[in-house]
Amino acid sequence: MTATAEPEIGKARLRKEDARLITGQTRWTDNLQLTGMLHMAVLRSPVAHARITNIDVSRATAMPGVAVVLTGEDFAAEQGSLPCAWPITEDMKSPPAPAMAVDQVNFAGEAVALVIADSAYHAADALEAIDVDYEDLPVVLDMEEALRDNDLVHPDLGTNKCATWIFDSAEAGVGTNVEDEIASAEVVIERTFRQQRLIPAFMEPRSVVVDTTAGMFTVWSATQIPHILRWMLSAVTGISEHKLRVIAPDVGGGFGGKLQVTPEELLCLLVARRMGRPVKWTESRTESMLSAHHGRDQIQKITLSARRDGTVTGLKVELLADMGAYLRLVTPGVPILGAFMFNSIYKFAAYRFVCTNVFTNKVPTDAYRGAGRPEATFAIERMMDELAVELGMEPMKIREMNWIKHEEFPFNTVAGLTYDSGNYEAATARAMELFGYDELREEQARRRSSGDVVQLGIGISTYTEMCGLAPSRVLGALRYAAGGWETASIRMLPTGKVEVITGTSPHGQGHETVWSQIVADKLGVPFEDVEVLHGDTATSHKGMDSYGSRSLAVGGTALVHAADKVLAKARTLAAHMMECDEADVEFASGSFSVRGTSTVRSLGDVVLAAHVAHDLPEGMEPGMDADATFDPDNFSFPHGTHLCATEVDTETGMVRISRYVAVDDVGTVMNPLIVDGQVHGGLAQGIAQALYEEATHDEMGTLTTATFADYLLPCAADLPAFLTDRTTTPATSNPLGAKGVGEAGTIASTPAVVNSVLDAVRHLGVRDIEMPMSPERVWTALQGRPDPGAGDVAAGGLGSIDAQGGQS
Amino acid sequence: MIPAEFKYLFPSTVDEAVRMLAEEGEDAKVIAGGQSLVPVLRMRLAAPTALIDIGGLTELTGVRDDGDSLLIGAMTTHYEVQRDHLVQDHALLLRLVTDTIADPQIRHRGTFGGSLCHADPAGDLLAPVLALDAVMIIAGPSGRREVPAAEFFVDYFTTALAADEILVDVRVPKYTGWGAHYEKLNRVAQAWSIVAVAAAVQVRDGTISAARVGLTNVGSGPVRATGVEEALIGQPPSSEAISEAALRASSGDGYKDNLARVLTGRALTAAVAG
Ligand SMILES: Cc1cc2nc3c(=O)[nH]c(=O)nc-3n(C[C@H](O)[C@H](O)[C@H](O)COP(=O)(O)OP(=O)(O)OC[C@H]3O[C@@H](n4cnc5c(N)ncnc54)[C@H](O)[C@@H]3O)c2cc1C
Repeated sequence: MTATAEPEIGKARLRKEDARLITGQTRWTDNLQLTGMLHMAVLRSPVAHARITNIDVSRATAMPGVAVVLTGEDFAAEQGSLPCAWPITEDMKSPPAPAMAVDQVNFAGEAVALVIADSAYHAADALEAIDVDYEDLPVVLDMEEALRDNDLVHPDLGTNKCATWIFDSAEAGVGTNVEDEIASAEVVIERTFRQQRLIPAFMEPRSVVVDTTAGMFTVWSATQIPHILRWMLSAVTGISEHKLRVIAPDVGGGFGGKLQVTPEELLCLLVARRMGRPVKWTESRTESMLSAHHGRDQIQKITLSARRDGTVTGLKVELLADMGAYLRLVTPGVPILGAFMFNSIYKFAAYRFVCTNVFTNKVPTDAYRGAGRPEATFAIERMMDELAVELGMEPMKIREMNWIKHEEFPFNTVAGLTYDSGNYEAATARAMELFGYDELREEQARRRSSGDVVQLGIGISTYTEMCGLAPSRVLGALRYAAGGWETASIRMLPTGKVEVITGTSPHGQGHETVWSQIVADKLGVPFEDVEVLHGDTATSHKGMDSYGSRSLAVGGTALVHAADKVLAKARTLAAHMMECDEADVEFASGSFSVRGTSTVRSLGDVVLAAHVAHDLPEGMEPGMDADATFDPDNFSFPHGTHLCATEVDTETGMVRISRYVAVDDVGTVMNPLIVDGQVHGGLAQGIAQALYEEATHDEMGTLTTATFADYLLPCAADLPAFLTDRTTTPATSNPLGAKGVGEAGTIASTPAVVNSVLDAVRHLGVRDIEMPMSPERVWTALQGRPDPGAGDVAAGGLGSIDAQGGQS
Repeated sequence: MIPAEFKYLFPSTVDEAVRMLAEEGEDAKVIAGGQSLVPVLRMRLAAPTALIDIGGLTELTGVRDDGDSLLIGAMTTHYEVQRDHLVQDHALLLRLVTDTIADPQIRHRGTFGGSLCHADPAGDLLAPVLALDAVMIIAGPSGRREVPAAEFFVDYFTTALAADEILVDVRVPKYTGWGAHYEKLNRVAQAWSIVAVAAAVQVRDGTISAARVGLTNVGSGPVRATGVEEALIGQPPSSEAISEAALRASSGDGYKDNLARVLTGRALTAAVAG
């Protein structure tokens, strides 16, 4: 069924997007210049919790180029509340979330005033001339302290507790009672882990342009979710949805950080409406770190029960999840996405998950690559190692004896999901072989016995995750406000070229390439003849956008269905053209033929015939376009085995990854190059959580990591060469057999690294080290001293300059 | 990240630059490679009214042989230092240090003199320049003066330069044939040193005849580890002697104190081996 000898699906094609994205010769939001455009700059609160007693804009208003200076008072009547689409419980506390603070600020970085000027320079200059008086309120930063309700983030709510969400296997009828399992267990292990606060750190800062020309509101935004954004902006502002057009042009990364309806998007829209002129806002890196949502930030208390032979029985998870100061689009639901994954690949009899969401005076948290699943995977993979240590068992053995065997699929889990397929044995065997597991264990033993300064550790992560978000009925049951389907259209053009319209919204993933490969194979047209349109609500009128490793499994399936519709219609017309019975029509390599004859019509001929419509079968509509929308029945469940070897310098605490093997099973692979790229990037982010990244605040609630000098991101030079391979167990929930690969690397790698470092130093008396495992933290643990915190020796790229407080 | 407004001046001689500095007053600043100053401006941590760009002063670029010492022009880029034969032959330590600074883009713009004038205690060139007994040659309204490195570094981001002075050259005595090493601990490739140790050692007839050791980022400026240097003189270049001497790099029990000792040991071991 292909025009080329080689099938497109499975081909390691370079991305058609690469040239324009890498050279920057494309349309990023900030590149847009519209006639008469104004520039918006945002004054942000330097304090985390305070009443605004006065704002004096008179000096700023008089500055050169300034059109107007606006404060929260100016928007109070029209700004409404930013949406939260995931009220996880009926009684969830949800404070109003103004785009701009009116009389109180609740986190440092919250918008308090806007300058609208004729240039970005003038706007930035005038910000400094706005005088704001703050009356400090007590700052709530620590979750456990917050729950005592001594000081309240939102006094009107009467508590800092946002919601408690519970899943219990006994209550759900899918398992036994966890308290019974714990009470009767031979071994009980209880540990507390901290998921530090992370910053998504997409490369392209956020940018918004709003144009009100010709009676339409056109919003360009560096967003992952143009469709959801349009819906939500309409809901918040009352601007009719059909008068709003949202365009996500090329977008430079998101990692969940652009899965948001941001204050600045709303403010730009309100300002453009007020001024009747185009308005642009583009943030600086520091602004991004101070105000775009953060990720993770949980305290995880985990209790695991087992038998002495290593069989796990019960798992109890008690989470505290930091919401920050407001509930953004899916803030409260992020930890809940992890609820289904703590049991992972293991056969627990009983499971209970209790998550308490907590308000603090910090930037709101929300989706960040993996969203809920990295936290779950980290906790369970750390616990499996703890159990192995407790019982003196080999950590891979203890996993193997507890995981679901490949012949047991489909498998109903203790968290109420059905895993459709998987083969943990195969992925693990391949990973152990690539890694040289046994040889490294020998090397480790040698270093231990010789007391080598540099100790070797081996870390395991046998993970699974859920992606392909999501069956709409499941989302409904979880009280999520939207569906999880995806849509695709195929437009067959008269010259035989093909336009594909997708509801997914790529921001670096390469959908244009893979969608073209799928269509090229299905329709037998050359890869180059397919153009993929996305991210503009005027061309792609519906869609649920890109996040949750959903685009291929859900959006790709919609595309397959649309292609099937094109072919079905084309077959009817081909039969008509070739004057034969439809049952005798065969389709191969882009051509229809009559079985057993030499009569042939190319798809292009048939498409043209449909287009000119001179001679169509009775009742057939002209044209050969098709739409399809797909709502999955189930999630998909990538899995795999990651093995990490680290060398830990016991004298300095420095950790170096000496080998990293990732064998992932992401189902059928469309383009191995893109899959490898996703895995590599995912590993970098997961490893960075283990070793480098952490958003920290001082006691006043000021973010002390507001530049890339303080917030450490690794680059290629800091990461090892990754050895990646795959096993392929197709997903059964979609015709492509694809599972999803956008988040797997991030989900799997963090515990592999942490387990590895602990494995290197456990014999020296170290039981745990908090993330990120900085050299100071590792060394301090080796001295048997308490955790030093993030420390003052982060030492990034600005030397001793402290971006917040001047030169220290 | 937009700096406040400033006036931009581009002198073509040192004298002109010094005159401009005097004319523009306290709030004027020299800009060399801009690799430290530009971030500071963009974050509005500083807002000089005028920037005097000394990038056009070709007389400040390059390394010259001056008999017993080298003269390194303040505007010589890190990249040029890395590739200079005089530096390689007579001040190997400086090349090894420079190799570890930032990344290639930054090394192409950042300058030797700029690093010293910026005086960030985490900056890598301060400790070696101090340890090597370099002398700063400074131009001001009343002519030139020379300041030894030990007096040049005053405090965090503070040097002996007056507001109307410019660093012109750095005189570095020749350390021909000395072994050298820079042992730097940083977390990611483009990050600054948590602690680093610069060591240069002269071994004659199986005995350490002279040693220079400087510590990066253990205080408000570079630190000369004189105790370590003294303990090494007359010792064999053995691991015992080095370990013993390295203990004198710091007496505290904090993390950085530990690093000072460990990294000193490693730097010396590599220096005597090379
Ligand atoms: C991401 C990043 C990573 C870095 N990593 C490191 C590192 O690991 N190690 C390290 O040592 N450095 C590092 N640097 C800094 C780099 O070495 C700079 O080159 C150096 O700090 C300053 O040199 P410059 O020529 O850029 O000076 P500028 O930024 O132009 O000036 C710095 C200061 O010195 C003053 N000044 C400059 N030249 C003179 C002169 N001739 N006379 C009087 N005053 C003068 C300026 O007025 C200014 O106050 C890094 C920089 C960046 C951006």
